[in-house]
Amino acid sequence: MISTFDPVLLARIQFAFTISFHIIFPAFTIGLASWLAVLEWRWLRTHNKVYEDIYRMWVKIFAVTFGMGVVSGVVMSFQFGTNWSVFADRAGNVLGPLLGYEVLTAFFLEASFLGVMLFGWNRVGRKMHFAATLIVAVGTLVSAFWILSANSWMQTPQGFRVGDNGLLYPTNWIKVIFNPSFPYRFFHMVIASYLTTAFVVGGIAAYYLRCNRHIKQARVMLGMAMIMAIFVTPIQVVLGDMHGLNTLKHQPAKISAIEGIWNTERGAALRLFGWPDQAEEKTKYAIEIPKLSSLILTHSLNGEVKGLKEWPRDDRPPAVWVFWSFRIMVGLGILMLFTGVSAVILFFRKQLFNKPWFQRWCMAMTPVGFAAVLVGWAVTEIGRQPYVVYGVVRTAKAASPVMGSQLALSLCAFIVTYVFIFGAGSYYIIRLIGKGPGDSEKTNSIDDLKTPPFFRNPASEEGGEHV
Amino acid sequence: MFNFAEFLDLPLIWYGLIATAIFLYVLLDGFDLGVGILFPFAPTDSCRDRMMNSVAPFWDGNETWLVLGGGGLFAAFPLAYAIIMPALYMPVILMLLGLIFRGVAFEFRFKATGRSRRFWDYSFHFGSLVAAFTQGMILGAFVRGIKVQGRSYAGGAFDWLNAYSVMVGMALVFGYALLGATWLLMKTDGITHIWARKCAKYVLGYVAIFIGIVSISMPAMNAGVKALWFSTPNIFYLLPIPVFTAVMFVMNWRNLHKGREYSPFFLSIGIFLAGYLGLGISLFPWLVPFAVSFRQAAAAPESQSLLLVGTAVLLPVILGYVAYCYYVFRGKTSDETLY
Repeated sequence: MISTFDPVLLARIQFAFTISFHIIFPAFTIGLASWLAVLEWRWLRTHNKVYEDIYRMWVKIFAVTFGMGVVSGVVMSFQFGTNWSVFADRAGNVLGPLLGYEVLTAFFLEASFLGVMLFGWNRVGRKMHFAATLIVAVGTLVSAFWILSANSWMQTPQGFRVGDNGLLYPTNWIKVIFNPSFPYRFFHMVIASYLTTAFVVGGIAAYYLRCNRHIKQARVMLGMAMIMAIFVTPIQVVLGDMHGLNTLKHQPAKISAIEGIWNTERGAALRLFGWPDQAEEKTKYAIEIPKLSSLILTHSLNGEVKGLKEWPRDDRPPAVWVFWSFRIMVGLGILMLFTGVSAVILFFRKQLFNKPWFQRWCMAMTPVGFAAVLVGWAVTEIGRQPYVVYGVVRTAKAASPVMGSQLALSLCAFIVTYVFIFGAGSYYIIRLIGKGPGDSEKTNSIDDLKTPPFFRNPASEEGGEHV
Repeated sequence: MFNFAEFLDLPLIWYGLIATAIFLYVLLDGFDLGVGILFPFAPTDSCRDRMMNSVAPFWDGNETWLVLGGGGLFAAFPLAYAIIMPALYMPVILMLLGLIFRGVAFEFRFKATGRSRRFWDYSFHFGSLVAAFTQGMILGAFVRGIKVQGRSYAGGAFDWLNAYSVMVGMALVFGYALLGATWLLMKTDGITHIWARKCAKYVLGYVAIFIGIVSISMPAMNAGVKALWFSTPNIFYLLPIPVFTAVMFVMNWRNLHKGREYSPFFLSIGIFLAGYLGLGISLFPWLVPFAVSFRQAAAAPESQSLLLVGTAVLLPVILGYVAYCYYVFRGKTSDETLY
């Protein structure tokens, strides 16, 4: 029975599982690293201890999250070979150097200076420590640059040729790196990370305010988070729209699936909800708003929108997944927008920090960023099926010559390990949150180590201007 | 499109670069995996705290060399990457799982108390042990050769599992333990130091035995390797390598007994270098032994050229700031217990 598992499906499930698990951590650490850099900069400039307290609390959470991101990321760098070796062989000439640059320009930078950031308090000066934080923050962004360039190239490939042997060869690196969907995807993702972090920080600040703890720090945290919600969420909405139009141009089948449109039509209605049925080729139980789809996609009431029937059956993405992932993403975006608008109103009424309903609301919003990132990626990744390199390499023909049973076994091992590690990590993060910022008593933890580490330190004994 | 293929032997340069990256990984992650292997045998909990702290600022950077090895192989020799990963599927996955358990232990252990702390101690130990052992098995399976048909792996799911790969797995565990123990000689004092010295002496003996077995078995198993090492005049050119290895062992042994703190670590690196050179010479020019040479597996010259520009500029920078980070955390872990 075990030998009847479909290796391609298992390889896809495994990749989807490991990448979804992995993306949770970068989505948080990209935003958190930048925010920590801002906090430390404010602290250096103002000497206000509140910023220091907040920094020292969140840097611990950063360390746990970053650690989990690293170990799940190492897995990703091997999965191209273990699960998708045919793809690795065919697309290696183009994608390999992009991933190579990610390691050289970002991973070493992050990994090396993370040590200074976490353990270097008494070993380097305050400015150098700030520089380390800044370098880690820049490293996360550079890493996002390369990996999103590689992903975007797989979505909208250009600057290559297909050799006689079926391998892909680069012909223009600038075109490869700055492929059509890359700028949109890059900014969309970076801003998504910032918003993810903002809503986590805001939620936890609201929790402290609800419990009447760490008031000073919580106000700063909530304020900073709401600045992001107010100013950055609208930018994200605009970027999302631009990204959508870019997708319409380069991957129209994905848009048709998002819209649940099967027949090409003029003046297409927006299907708010419904159930796209792949077999019957129609969207059942649809609630429609006339003409709106054409208006959004073509910016004209009677613009033509292509339907999925334009493509042969086996060239269509599985519409129902794309359709619903997209709606959840947009729905979460609307909730974020609502949070921002509420924050503005409360701010001008001078009630931002003392409305219990808003505190409860922010607490409930803590995980929305993660959810939006996951479903957003589901839209773009499922929407480009059945291709792994869009229009060039089919997913079904990219898998490794590995038996289904091996894949099933390793998939189980990954699920058990990840659930366990994720559970433990979440538990320790929740405990750190429970402890909160500021003068919590010393406990038996690495946190005390970070201040006076287990090292004899000649440098700090001489200097001693930083404590 | 720039292309250096006209005046540079790109595949050879990349062969050298990947080999260097993997060697740096073996040395750097070797000592922190080694610390994990020795971890539960330390005399006290405070020794363990210090052991962990001696590598905590570095492990993440050290593991990045593995990502560079994997990513670099994918970039410069995609065909080799596409064959080796499916061939060694299970040990690679096991290694990754081991690295997960030990990696998170760095953060979790210090946040845990009581029994759960004990759990992360073992997570760190067994994760390190499994990672080291599977890396050795990967090496063992690799030198035995990989079955290839066309452009993909053609062997079975368990080709990697045999007595030889198990032996090499054990060899690497002891090798890493030697790096770990000699690292601790540099970074600790007091009872941890005394204990590490005792460990290093024992482990050095085992490493010598394993290096002997591997050195004899390689030519015994493979006629090509035998012809390479034992024909004239090759034998005279290659003789310095075994001689160098022997000198490293003797000096290391003496220095361990003389109470030296720094030299044993670097002499152990010398042992690894000699072993690695010996392996490299035996396997040249194979990238997937004995089926695909590094020239056959090379990526398009445009791809190798692009990444070479970045590597030429960035690798020295990386080595610079990695050295800086080691410098920041120089010196020994403190004598006092700070809890």
